[in-house]
Amino acid sequence: MKQSAIEFFTSHFNVTLSEIGRLLGIALSKGGDYADLYFEYRINNSVMLEETLVKSASKSISQGVGVRVNAGEKTGYAYTDEISFESIKRAALTAAYIAQSGQDQVTPINVTAISNKHNFYDVAEPLSEVSASKKIGLVKEVDSIARNFDKRIREVQAMFFDEYKIVMIATSEGVLVGDIQPLSRFGVSCIADEDGNLQMGRAGGGGRQGMELFQTELTPKKLAEEAARQAIVNLEAVEAPAGTMEVVLGPGWPGILLHEAVGHGLEADFNRKKTSAFADLLGQRVASELCTVVDDGTLPGKRGTLNIDDEGNPTTSTVLIEKGILKGFINDKLNARLLGVPYTGNGRRESYHHIPMPRMTNTFMLAGTETTEDIIRSVKRGIYAVQFGGGQVDITNGKFVFSASEAYLIEDGKVTAPVRGATLIGNGPDALTKVTAVGNDMQLDHGIGTCGKDGQSVPVGVGLPTIKISEMTVGGTKR
Amino acid sequence: MKNTKDFAESIVSAAMRKGATAAEVMIVEGSEFSVGVRLGQIEKLKDSASQHLGLRVLWEGRQAALSTSDFSKDAIDKLVQEAVELAQLTSVDDQLCLPDPTDFAKDWPDLALYDPELDSLSPDKKIELGLAVEAAARNADSRIVNFDGGGFDSASRGLIMANSLGFVGSYETTACSLSIVPIASENGKMQQDYWYDNKRKFSELESADSIGKKAAERALRKLGGRKVKTQRVPVIFDQRVASSLLGDLFQAVSGDAIIKKSSFLVGKLEEKIASDLLTIIDDGQMVGRLGSRPFDSDGLPTQKTIVIEKGRLNSYLLNTYTARKLGMKSTANATRGLSGPPSVTCNNFFIAAGKNSPKEIISSVKNGFFVTDLLGFGVNIVTGDYSRGASGIWIENGELTYPVEEVTIAGNLKEMLKQIEMVGNDLDFRDRISAPTLKIEQMTVSGE
Repeated sequence: MKQSAIEFFTSHFNVTLSEIGRLLGIALSKGGDYADLYFEYRINNSVMLEETLVKSASKSISQGVGVRVNAGEKTGYAYTDEISFESIKRAALTAAYIAQSGQDQVTPINVTAISNKHNFYDVAEPLSEVSASKKIGLVKEVDSIARNFDKRIREVQAMFFDEYKIVMIATSEGVLVGDIQPLSRFGVSCIADEDGNLQMGRAGGGGRQGMELFQTELTPKKLAEEAARQAIVNLEAVEAPAGTMEVVLGPGWPGILLHEAVGHGLEADFNRKKTSAFADLLGQRVASELCTVVDDGTLPGKRGTLNIDDEGNPTTSTVLIEKGILKGFINDKLNARLLGVPYTGNGRRESYHHIPMPRMTNTFMLAGTETTEDIIRSVKRGIYAVQFGGGQVDITNGKFVFSASEAYLIEDGKVTAPVRGATLIGNGPDALTKVTAVGNDMQLDHGIGTCGKDGQSVPVGVGLPTIKISEMTVGGTKR
Repeated sequence: MKNTKDFAESIVSAAMRKGATAAEVMIVEGSEFSVGVRLGQIEKLKDSASQHLGLRVLWEGRQAALSTSDFSKDAIDKLVQEAVELAQLTSVDDQLCLPDPTDFAKDWPDLALYDPELDSLSPDKKIELGLAVEAAARNADSRIVNFDGGGFDSASRGLIMANSLGFVGSYETTACSLSIVPIASENGKMQQDYWYDNKRKFSELESADSIGKKAAERALRKLGGRKVKTQRVPVIFDQRVASSLLGDLFQAVSGDAIIKKSSFLVGKLEEKIASDLLTIIDDGQMVGRLGSRPFDSDGLPTQKTIVIEKGRLNSYLLNTYTARKLGMKSTANATRGLSGPPSVTCNNFFIAAGKNSPKEIISSVKNGFFVTDLLGFGVNIVTGDYSRGASGIWIENGELTYPVEEVTIAGNLKEMLKQIEMVGNDLDFRDRISAPTLKIEQMTVSGE
């Protein structure tokens, strides 16, 4: 049998369970309520191609331990790059200082190793064992396929990234858990050039799966052709309209709407502190009854999926909005404890340098019953947006944006000309109340999303069926 | 610093012994302290140090870049071996090599990047400042009821670089920042905004009182925001959002985008691309500034580059590699993530101050939009298409009137640059990228 995460840390760095228990005791020696140790060992690999050349291959190793101490609403945090008893002890003493009530007493915690209930990583051929030359083969294939797609494709960039992360979390509740978390991302972008009119197309995907993902579902051919197709389509793009109009969003990645419009606003820290536009709306209508929105960290192989979150709790599936009614928040341990509700396995952090926070995993809307054709046919004048770049939200006033990178006009029920990129803006607590049709074609995105909050980036997934929003402001230039 | 130049040079030598054609090592070590405050209490306290080492090797025109936070002998030996092996798998790139040794930085002036006072400032003093900035915002107005973050952060950092052509250099920096995000509330509606300062030197940091009051004022003036009708009007970017526009322009003049034909400024060198009023400068040698450094990540001395001079595109920003690709000279703008090849960054990148005060600029507008916040990433550097969420204050007859929210502003950077009608005299340096207030003749504001 392969080595478990706990075996890896205890054998590789000679840290025993009793030492871990003692370190937790030191972390609580000034009187904290709760402490945890987050051990991390991570290898990132990447290969990058541009201008037809594989310009670089990279590998990065980082390892360390973060110590957190909670005392009421307060958090003390310290980390070390050196995984040794003495270094972790120094970090534990630093983190301990947040609590000032104690009498300097060290009571070691009795720590028991617990194995994970689930394995949601869907790996046949682990990327950590695939040679760099095989990954280089993937980016080279993208280059030649994209250039052959159309002679107007002038530049192709491809980046293959994979991560192998081993974590171990020990808590002052006496729990010791570990996890080995694979992750990959294959990104492609193409530039088309027609007499100096430059346009870009992008495609990508990945997840917590192995090499097989890129040989079946997300082949170099599929990604190259998708990025090249978008760039070519955009050569014909006309000015995007400006003003309030009907908007149809395609399935999959346009689910970034949910991430920005409601997801962040439902993170428990913002609601406990009442800084979110959604604070006090629990049990109230925040969407049309066609909308049920879920955050689910348990979907096999997906980018936002985890066996355990970064506080050592099993991930779950949480209904945020059910038939339009606000049902729940995205919780981590600290906020769940302070709010007196169960935690949902959404405590995440970028690395051992960072304090965990409530974060989304895979956030999506359940399918409805309508067909895409019927939804488009029902629109007199609007836009049909199928690909997006990033988005952002102001959680306090609820205003959010997301920017379309491939979109079309809808005129009298028909999809007509492609339009240039435009930002869509709305108000989180009422944007989903204007959802008047939900398609039967729910899709998760291909695995490209990275969410930023308070300076920390974590991988996430989104999903959406085709939906119609009766009015939304589209930020084009044509009146 | 904990690590030494000898240590860096020993890794370069080890890579050369393993057969590398050229090698370069960068070691970054640092410590960070941060205190987050909330409602008169410490909410978060973080205090730690870390180090990371990056090795880039060239092998007959090919390259690999590896990094590690494990400095044990075994880990470094393995890193060197793997770097040379990995480089052999990549493509031959004729333009790839280290700079000409005669171009390396040799002696450099003291740029005052390290502040001993900040490095020895007590945690208690830092906590006191964090609490003071929040108190200043809270005391500014009874409608300031809550906060979404704020506090004091400080960091010190040391960098050592060595390469196989004999360059070796190091420098140390400090930085501190004080910020607050107050929430104003009225009639059940909330608005947040922020103000902050970042400086290398503690004594230059804006006072807690001033930051707190400005942040409160910004949040308060957003209360009661509403949409406006879709229209084309003059748009004024306040100082903070003008810096964000300048950040977009940096992407467009970066050699990384130019060699990949991924910028609307490809092929525009020496052309008039902007209004006469626009001069943009990159300067890595300014004393005490956040974007200053004695040498870039290729080992070249940083310099002052006039990127746009009175509307004419004078120069791209380049590192050694992108300069070679374009047949030009590096502007010493190389940077490195430790586990990647050098890319291009800006040093102190700013728009030269103009003549008009922000008040004069506002009074020049009969009907228009004073933008104070931008939301999202709707900027396409390849096409210049610009479409972002915005909020701010509507201008009528030269006066600021009511707050505006949930609208977008859109245009194309190619036209926006030519339509810069006024440049403010209010340039200050609180980030690496700094701009004064700017007025653009016309953009589409999309709302109702």
